[in-house]
Amino acid sequence: MATDNKTADTDQLQEFRDNRDLKLQDKKNENLTTLNLGPTHPATHGIFQNILQMDGEVIMDAVPTIGYIHRAFEKIAERRPFYQITPLTDRMNYCSSPINNMGYHMTVEKLLGIEIPKRAQYIRVIMMELARISDHLICNSILGVDSGAFTGFLYVMQEREHIYDIYEEVCGARLTTNMGRIGGMERDLSPKALHLIGEFLKRFPKVWAEFEKMLTRNRIFIDRTVGVGAISAERALNYGFTGPNLRATGVDYDVRVMNPYSSYEDFEFEIPVGEKGDTYDRFLVRNEEVWQSLKIIEQAYKNLPEGSYHADAPHYYLPPKQEVYTSMEALIYHFKIVMGEIDAPKGEVYHSVEGGNGELGFYLISDGGRTPYRLHFRRPCFIYYQAYTEMIKGGQLADAILTLSSLNVIAGELDA
Amino acid sequence: MELTNENVLGKLIAQFGEENIRDAYNPDGIMTFTTNRENIIALIQYLYDDKDLQVQFLTTMAGIHFPDHKGMELCMMYQLHSLRHNFRLRIKVFTPAEDPILPTLTNIYATANWMEREAYDFYGFIFTGHPNLIRILNIEEMEYHPMLKQYPLEDQTREDKIDTYFGR
Repeated sequence: MATDNKTADTDQLQEFRDNRDLKLQDKKNENLTTLNLGPTHPATHGIFQNILQMDGEVIMDAVPTIGYIHRAFEKIAERRPFYQITPLTDRMNYCSSPINNMGYHMTVEKLLGIEIPKRAQYIRVIMMELARISDHLICNSILGVDSGAFTGFLYVMQEREHIYDIYEEVCGARLTTNMGRIGGMERDLSPKALHLIGEFLKRFPKVWAEFEKMLTRNRIFIDRTVGVGAISAERALNYGFTGPNLRATGVDYDVRVMNPYSSYEDFEFEIPVGEKGDTYDRFLVRNEEVWQSLKIIEQAYKNLPEGSYHADAPHYYLPPKQEVYTSMEALIYHFKIVMGEIDAPKGEVYHSVEGGNGELGFYLISDGGRTPYRLHFRRPCFIYYQAYTEMIKGGQLADAILTLSSLNVIAGELDA
Repeated sequence: MELTNENVLGKLIAQFGEENIRDAYNPDGIMTFTTNRENIIALIQYLYDDKDLQVQFLTTMAGIHFPDHKGMELCMMYQLHSLRHNFRLRIKVFTPAEDPILPTLTNIYATANWMEREAYDFYGFIFTGHPNLIRILNIEEMEYHPMLKQYPLEDQTREDKIDTYFGR
């Protein structure tokens, strides 16, 4: 089998290279310029390479190359016990790692059939929405930087630090959070964490309103973004767009509403949609989503139910340390969980959450062992980044940069 | 017509025959069934065009390797979503390891382009008719398809890491 594949490989590869060289040769005859954008260009905010064919300032064609930070998470996951896979998910969309962590936890809980208490679900909602705010905040402020407005970026960056302070109080880490456990949260919200969230809810709306005021009606910003990198709803769906990028084209698909998870059905919020699917619409949709996220956090914060912060699932959820030292059962469970000696039931599940960039899906097959048989991540960035070529063709180089930052392509999620 | 797993399955069996829509089961609320590679494109096109179903969104594609299933070692999973009716379904196609050839889906879904390249890269599926079937995340010079189960994550012959407690 290996030899067969190998010959097919090499033939195909050679054919592709010949074709590519021919195409480049053709383009050279037309006096086009080849421009290498990336892999480490400061304006790409990550490691992506695009070989552009330019006619003056206009992009005629682009060949994207990805995979520079591919870390084989799907392969690694096949050898790790379930609880050790959470840190891998952190490193996908590192701008909103709690969403990834909790999406993964919910997938495993679906496989195990664990019921999560309301309080844990509400805490998760608060943390996920905070993560969404920090994700959108980075995307929109970087869009400002790329169009020449640096001030707003530094101003809202401070608020991201406050969000990270909340993460730190809840789980101890700031960027790659590894937050929560299979079965709930690792600890309850401390009084300090509640205080920090309350402070954030008071302070942040003013900051965000000011940031919006700086860009939304800014003449330079509008000139740079309206009509740039537009995509129609039909093409966007065909390209598998989800999240804010799809909603900017006018399609109101949001996983939180269509397939509610973690008690999202309890909250009142709206799904903002755009119209033209251009960079400006994407900016507006993300702005409005930040307000909606604040609304959700407020509701969850006010109505935080009493009860336990984790499910009663001793086989999968680590017992409290005090009990490990004093009770035989707790010690056994602790040992088995940490060593990864607990077998998961057989099954096949798909669970998706609304990540910072769209539908973040986990497709998990368990054969009844200590590790997943197969774990596939549906990474929204990977799926919609392939439309980038189509979106920038015929535009100018400076517009390509803005399109890239408004798509919010995160290299970690792109390459997994 | 209300879209339930049974209704849709009945409709598909009526259209394509029982020998082509088989092994239907429901592992997690999403109906899953198996079809042949001869029918996969016609089936997905039918789901796309049908007025009642409108399954027009390709959520994801994933390769799976079952080295113990002789004659059908490789599996391609297509997960589709009807955004109109919020109905999801999962289609599986099995191929032998010596002959991992499938027709391309890029003519229906532009998004299948990179998904198929990923499946080729990691599992060695060959998609006939694909516009640009080259590796996507690994280097072009790589000579194997790393997600196949015969390639262990760690070198199994290493002797300096034996530790029975950790299952190595």
